[in-house]
Amino acid sequence: MHAHDSHEVEVDEFIENITKMSGEDFSLCYQCGKCTAGCPMADVMDFPPTLVMRYMQMGLSEELKKATSRWDCVGCLVCGSRCPKFCNPAKVMESLRLDDIKSGRRQEEIEALPVNFLKKAPQQAIVSGFRKYVP
Amino acid sequence: MKIPYYPGCTLSTTAKAFERTAMSAAEMLGFTMVEIEDWNCCGASFPLTQDNIMGLAGPTNVLIDAKKECLKEGYEDKVVTLCSVCFNVLRRTNYAFKEKKDKLDTVNFMLEKDYAADTNVYHYLEVLRDDIGYDVIKEKVKKELKGLKVAPYYGCFLLRPQDEVGFDDQYAPTIFEDFLSTLGCEVVDFSHKSECCGSYSAMRSPENVEECAYNVVDAAAAAGAEILVTACPLCQFNLDEKQESIKAHHSDATEIPVVYFTQLLGLALGMDVNDFKLDENRVNPLPLIQAKGLV
Ligand code: SF4
Ligand code: SF4
Repeated sequence: MHAHDSHEVEVDEFIENITKMSGEDFSLCYQCGKCTAGCPMADVMDFPPTLVMRYMQMGLSEELKKATSRWDCVGCLVCGSRCPKFCNPAKVMESLRLDDIKSGRRQEEIEALPVNFLKKAPQQAIVSGFRKYVP
Repeated sequence: MKIPYYPGCTLSTTAKAFERTAMSAAEMLGFTMVEIEDWNCCGASFPLTQDNIMGLAGPTNVLIDAKKECLKEGYEDKVVTLCSVCFNVLRRTNYAFKEKKDKLDTVNFMLEKDYAADTNVYHYLEVLRDDIGYDVIKEKVKKELKGLKVAPYYGCFLLRPQDEVGFDDQYAPTIFEDFLSTLGCEVVDFSHKSECCGSYSAMRSPENVEECAYNVVDAAAAAGAEILVTACPLCQFNLDEKQESIKAHHSDATEIPVVYFTQLLGLALGMDVNDFKLDENRVNPLPLIQAKGLV
C-alpha cells in the first residue's frame, strides 16, 4: 500500500484482496442472519458474520480493518453450512485475519502464549493455533 | 485385514489413550492398523483461503505416503484416521484437488511428486460400520454398557462441510448413535452435539473456549447424559479440561466425564480399564463406570 494512493484506491485494494482470498461473491448475501444465528462466537464478536458480509458488500474497508471478530472466529464452519445462498463467511474471516497478519495490523506474539497451557495441550491445538494466529 | 493408519501429531503423544484403545479394539474385531512408515503433520486445519496452496502441501505428502502403504500386498487400499481433524483435512484435500485440478498440478510441482488424488481416506468409525459391521461388533461385545447414558459429541470436523467430508448428515447424523447402541449404551440426543468446543482458540482465548465448552457440557447434562464421547483429542481436551473453571463460574454446572469412543468400545469388548489412562482426564470417568457395575 503506497502512502500517496488516494483513499479510494486503498479501499478498493483491501476489498479486492479479501474478495480474491476468500473467493466469495458478496452480492449473493441477502442478510438473512442465519450465519450469525448459528455462530457460537457471535455474542463476543464486534462484527458477527452477517455484518462482515454487509460491510464487504458496501466496501467499508476502514471499518472492516478495525473490526476484530475474525480473531474470535473458531473456524467451526457453521455459518457456511447454514447459509441459504451458499456463502461462506468462515472463508472471509480467515481472509481478514490473514490480511491482518500479512499487513502487520495484528498478530499473536509467541512470547505472549500461555506456556503452561502449551505444555499440556494437544499438539493439534498448537499446530492449528500457530497456523491461524502467528505469521 | 491390514489397514494403513495415519496417527497425526496428537495420537502418539497426548492422545495415546485414544490410539491404544483403538488399536487393541481393532485386533479384537479382526483388523490390524499399521502405522504408515513415513509421515508428517497434516497441518491440523484445512486452509480456507483460495491462495493458500502451501497449506495443501502437508496433507498431500501424507496422502502420498499413505498410498505407498495402500499399494503393498495384503493391505487395504485405504488409510484410516482416528482424529477427526486429520480426517477432515485429508478428505478435504482430495476434494479440493478434484474440484480444481490446477491446485493439484501446483502442489505436485512444488513437491516434485505425481499424486493423483486417489488415496482413500476413512475414519475409524466408518471402518467399524462399513468394513466390520455393527452386527459383528454386537456379537463380540462381552459386556453390554447397559444403563450408561451417553451423549455422542460430533463437534465440527466430522460433519462439516458436508459436501466435502461426506461423513454423515450434518443436521441428523447417526453413525455415532448407532455405534453406541451397538455397545448397549443408552444414547442421549442433545442440542449441542455438533456445536464447536472452542477448537484452536484454546491457544489464545481460554475464556471463549470455556464458553463453548460450558454450552456443550450443560446441554448434555440437561438432556440427561452421564458421559460424553468424542472422536477428537482437541474436543476431548477442551470439554474436559475446562470443567474446573466452568464450575468456578457457573454454580449450576454439572461435571460430566469426556472419553474417546474407543474407550467405551474397549470397555464393551472386555479390555482392562487400567490400560485406558482414565486418570489423565480432569473429570475421572472411573467412579461412574464403577457405579454402573461395568468394572
Ligand atoms: S447466512 Fe448467508 S445470506 Fe444469510 S446473512 Fe449469512 S452470509 Fe448472508
Ligand atoms: S466459522 Fe467463525 S464466523 Fe463462522 S460460525 Fe464459526 S465462529 Fe462463527
